[in-house]
Formats: sequence, structure tokens, C-alpha cells
Amino acid sequence: MTNYKNILEKLPYTKPFLFVDQLLSISENGVEGTYRFKEDEYFYEGHFNNRPVTPGVILTECMAQIGLVCLGIFLFSEKDTEGKPQISLVSSQVDFLLPVYPGDTVKIISEKEYFRFGKLKCKMKMLNASDELICRGIISGMVVLEASSKK
Amino acid sequence: MTKEDIYAQLKSIIKIYLPEDVSVDDIGPESHLINELNINSSHLIDVVLDLEDAFDIEIKDDELEAMDTVSSALEIIQKKINN
Repeated sequence: MTNYKNILEKLPYTKPFLFVDQLLSISENGVEGTYRFKEDEYFYEGHFNNRPVTPGVILTECMAQIGLVCLGIFLFSEKDTEGKPQISLVSSQVDFLLPVYPGDTVKIISEKEYFRFGKLKCKMKMLNASDELICRGIISGMVVLEASSKK
Repeated sequence: MTKEDIYAQLKSIIKIYLPEDVSVDDIGPESHLINELNINSSHLIDVVLDLEDAFDIEIKDDELEAMDTVSSALEIIQKKINN
């Protein structure tokens, strides 16, 4: 089994804004990974009052970190082993179907639509432990070399 | 395919990615795609991918950089189609 530590180490996030626990598989065509929303995540304090539910923006972020950024780092490392890629979100369109509560583990399945001219566009879905669809969407980002001045 | 046909099709593809404050009438042969038509770099890639499909051509990374105005895009498409 491949060790995905090299990809996880390149992620530019830390607690409380790292939403990747594990990668299950990664290839030229897509990525699968999981995250467990801990009971003490900071946003449950205010979303909602006395009724903690994971905000949709956080679900989108979780999809983007696993489905777009991890895949972007992988695809970039295939092309250019030197340098550290920086990925900025350029577009997201997501439908939300089910809530995610504290302690829930989610699985993200992302399929690459294309990676051309530095733009990575992926179709993804998030499933719960019973394999039910939580949300799905299309997220894209621009992959550039860190310290590059390109906009 | 005449130059006019290519131009019309190019214009109809650019139109899709124009921001709300830029009208299709603002598209002229010398319009700069990013600076004048305000198409962002992410949408510029969408324009190029649509052009590839529409004209059945392949555009390379360095050619994207040369496609800064409507007329330079037109030129690159014309060259590819004739090959």
C-alpha cells in the first residue's frame, strides 16, 4: 500500500482548519479520503445555538481539502517533483442533502474532470458512514508554484 | 471555415464567461481578454477548453499566454484549423 504521508505533509493547513484525516486512494483520475468531525470543533460552539451541526461552508472546505488540494498536490508532484504547489479555490457549486453532526465520519470521493493550464476541476461527493450522500458538487482551483507572482 | 465564422464562434464562447458588467457589444477584435473584458484567469482557461472542443484543436500551455486579445486568439485558432 502506498504511503500518502508525503501528500498530507504538504497540506498548508493545521488544526483547527485541517479537515483531512486519511487518504484511501489517489491516482491521476481522482482521490478518496476521510475526515471525522471531532466533538470539540470550534464552530460547533456557535453553529447552531445549543444544537451543533457542521456548517455547509466547512463541508465544502473539507471536500476542497481532500478532493482538490490533495489531488492537486499529487498531480503537481507527478509533473514537477521540485517546488511546493499552492492551490487557490476559484469556483464551487455544492448541493447539500444531509446534515453532519459532531463525531460523524465522512468520506469524500473526487473525480478529476480536467487538469489543464494549472486549473484543476473536480466533481465530488461526500458520503456518511452508511454510504448516504451528504453533499455533491463541482469545485475548481488554480495550482501555482509557491512564491510565484502569477495571479 | 471563414475568418468571420471563426470570429462569430469565438465571440459566442467568450460571451459565456463575461462578467456582468461587460456586455457582448464590448467584444472587439482588439479587446484584451483579461484587462478589457475582465475575464479572470480561471475563466480564460474555460474559454480555451471550449475553443478546443468547438474547433477540434489542441492548445498548448505557451499558446495560452499568447492568447491575450481576441485577434491573437483568432490567429492561433486559424493557424491550427489550417494545419
